Amino acid sequence: MTTAQLKQTPIASAHKELGARMVDFAGWYMPVQYKSIMAEHMAVRNKVGLFDVSHMGEFLVTGADAQKFVQYMVANDINKLNKPNMALYTQMLTDEGGTVDDLIVYRLDQGYLLVVNASNIEKDWSWLQENTVDFKSVALRDISEDTALLALQGPSAVELMARLGGDAVKSLPSFSYATGKLDGINAAWGRTGYTGEDGFEIFVSVDKAEKLWRKILEQGQSFGIEACGLGARDTLRLEAGLPLYGHELDENTSPLEAGLGWSVKLEKGDFMGASTLRAQKQLGLSKQLIGLKTEGKALPRQGYPVYDGEKRVGTVTSGSQGISVGYPIACAFVPPAYCQPGRKLQVEIREAKVEGEVVSKTFYKRK
Amino acid sequence: MGDTSKTLAYPADLKYVKTHEYVRINGGEAEIGITAFAADQLGDVTYVELPKPGAKLKNEEKFGVIESVKSVSDLFMPVAGEVVAVNSRLASEPELVNLDCYKEGWMIKVKLSNPSELDLAMSAEDYKKFVVE
Repeated sequence: MTTAQLKQTPIASAHKELGARMVDFAGWYMPVQYKSIMAEHMAVRNKVGLFDVSHMGEFLVTGADAQKFVQYMVANDINKLNKPNMALYTQMLTDEGGTVDDLIVYRLDQGYLLVVNASNIEKDWSWLQENTVDFKSVALRDISEDTALLALQGPSAVELMARLGGDAVKSLPSFSYATGKLDGINAAWGRTGYTGEDGFEIFVSVDKAEKLWRKILEQGQSFGIEACGLGARDTLRLEAGLPLYGHELDENTSPLEAGLGWSVKLEKGDFMGASTLRAQKQLGLSKQLIGLKTEGKALPRQGYPVYDGEKRVGTVTSGSQGISVGYPIACAFVPPAYCQPGRKLQVEIREAKVEGEVVSKTFYKRK
Repeated sequence: MGDTSKTLAYPADLKYVKTHEYVRINGGEAEIGITAFAADQLGDVTYVELPKPGAKLKNEEKFGVIESVKSVSDLFMPVAGEVVAVNSRLASEPELVNLDCYKEGWMIKVKLSNPSELDLAMSAEDYKKFVVE
């Protein structure tokens, strides 16, 4: 695929101006890094970073049955969103309990906003469409093309947001949503993120996105802001124990297997995929996601085999240098018998078995 | 970064190969490392695996592995030779490859087995053309 065929976010030209290295990510022309992944990662941990995640998809669900429909299509309990402007993390499942996608559901004044992974936009859209047939009054609208999304993340994100949007933004609770103006630009934002840090994800119309991007970087200078690419986004999310679709989640993996049981509400009533999840809960899981800390400097990476001595027991789903923790980290699926924290397992890295230890997937937790 | 392939430095006194290693000739010895283009493409280097002194390696044979946060790549001999020294600083300071690939970030020194092989390597000018394309 040539660059000309890739989809571009409204900020692509600003990325190139900043010297970003652009790559094909799920058919999008996206910045993977500007200065260096490490520098961008550390800016988010210690100061503040700005990401363009406009490639992500946004669907509006409205109509009299919107609540029932969304409740049926996701594994979390959206009745917890008992007033507008609240949000939650959840997954859409297949009939068999595999994961179609993971997403954030926002409750709006009317209806719901679903924010889905870029790589799954078309699949999710068809899956949702297909399943509206059992619901009388549901309207779906794909607003991905009209919506840009910026993520402002890091300990200074809140102070910077307040400078742009007024002090009221400071009191926005986690997983809540607000609308207003940021330096004169209409926007909406959730107190959400994908880095393990405090921060916001900011929705803005595509025609205002570049202007807002530039304003945030300008106002953020005194906070030491860095523009951050998908490279740092990946190292940050992995260190914080957040799953990435296609790695820790896919259609052969349930959220229970991926360690996301906290976001699955089996008691909420019937929902897509529920019977498999109930059976898994009752009969036990065949695989479970673990965190692994490995010795030495060679990095465990996706696809590398995991051993218990001579016995192959699993496969790495994601791995990297833990940039903030200072050692190599990975996630892997293994049978539950190998999941106890402290257990020694080995990762095969280029024909050598490297010693590892099962640890919490939350390798990094902010203070 | 970005389209920096045009602005990165390629010293004129070195020879270059397609697998992005350089060779600096010093009498019968050659100092080998990776080019600024390769270092830039890799991004933050976290680990460099090098052979032991005494290893006899053929031209184009794998001599090590370089890992960055983003990716892992093999290192290939730009000439045949016997390893006489390795840059032990890279074990604790792999970032030297990013900071100064041609000097502090050198990888191995070899005693050349067949110096005429170098006739096939690229000049700085040719290598620059090669990476910009």
